[in-house]
Amino acid sequence: MADTRRPLSPHLSVYKWQVQMVTSILHRATGIALSVGLLLIAWGLLALAGGEERFGHFTAFVGSPIGIILLVGWSWALFYHLCNGIRHLIQDGGYGYEIVQFVRSSWASIIVSVLLTAAAWAYVLTLGAAA
Amino acid sequence: MSAYPKEYRNPLKKARGLGSAQHGVSHWWVQRVTAIALVGLGLWLVSLVLRVLHTDYATAREVVARPWNAVLLIAFVVASFWHAVLGLQVVIEDYVHTRWKEVALLMAIKFIAVLATLAGVLAVLRIALGA
Repeated sequence: MADTRRPLSPHLSVYKWQVQMVTSILHRATGIALSVGLLLIAWGLLALAGGEERFGHFTAFVGSPIGIILLVGWSWALFYHLCNGIRHLIQDGGYGYEIVQFVRSSWASIIVSVLLTAAAWAYVLTLGAAA
Repeated sequence: MSAYPKEYRNPLKKARGLGSAQHGVSHWWVQRVTAIALVGLGLWLVSLVLRVLHTDYATAREVVARPWNAVLLIAFVVASFWHAVLGLQVVIEDYVHTRWKEVALLMAIKFIAVLATLAGVLAVLRIALGA
C-alpha cells in the first residue's frame, strides 16, 4: 500500500501567481479552442462549395450575436496562440530563458495578441465595412 | 542432451525495442514544422477572411477559386488539422488517465481531423475546379 500522506504534485496551492503560468495554460486552452474553430472553417468551406443557400446558413450563424462573440474569442485565441507559439519557437532555439526575458516575453505575447485582435476588429468595423 | 534450448535469440535482441517507440522525436519535430508553416499560413488566412468578409457569395467563391488562394487554403487546412491533432494528443495523454477513454479520445480526434481535412480539401477543389 502506497503511503498516501506524501505531498501531492504539483503543489498548486503553494504557487505564487506568475505570468508564465498564465501564458502556459493559455497556450493549451487557446489550442483546444482553435481546434474546435478549425471545424468552423471546414464548415465555411463546405458551405461555400455547397451553394448560395448553404453559405447563407453559414453567414447567418457567423453573423449572429453568438457567432460574433465566438469569432471575437477565436480571433484573440488565434493571435495569442500565434504570438506565444513564436515565443515558444524562439525558446526551442535556446533563446530567452533568463527569468527577466521569460517574464517579459510572456507579457509581450498577451499584449501583442490583444493589440492584433483590436486591430483586426477595428478593420472589420471601419475600412472593411466601407469597402 | 535432453532438451533443446527454448530460446535462440540473444537477450539483448529481446531487450531492444522494449523502451521508447522512438516516435517522440517525430511528434516534436512535425509539431514545430507545422507551427512554422502556420505562422505564415495563419496570417495569410486572416488577411483572406478580412478581404472576403463584406463581399457577396459570388465574389467570395471567385476569391477562393484563384489558384494561389486555393493552394494556400488546402495547405492551411492540412497543416492546421495536423498541428491540432498533435497538440490535442498531448493534452489527452496528460489529463485522461483511464486507458480506454484515452485511446478512444485519441482515435476520435484523429477520425474527426481526417474527415474534416478531406471535406475541407474537397470543398476547395470543387470551388477551384468549378464543379
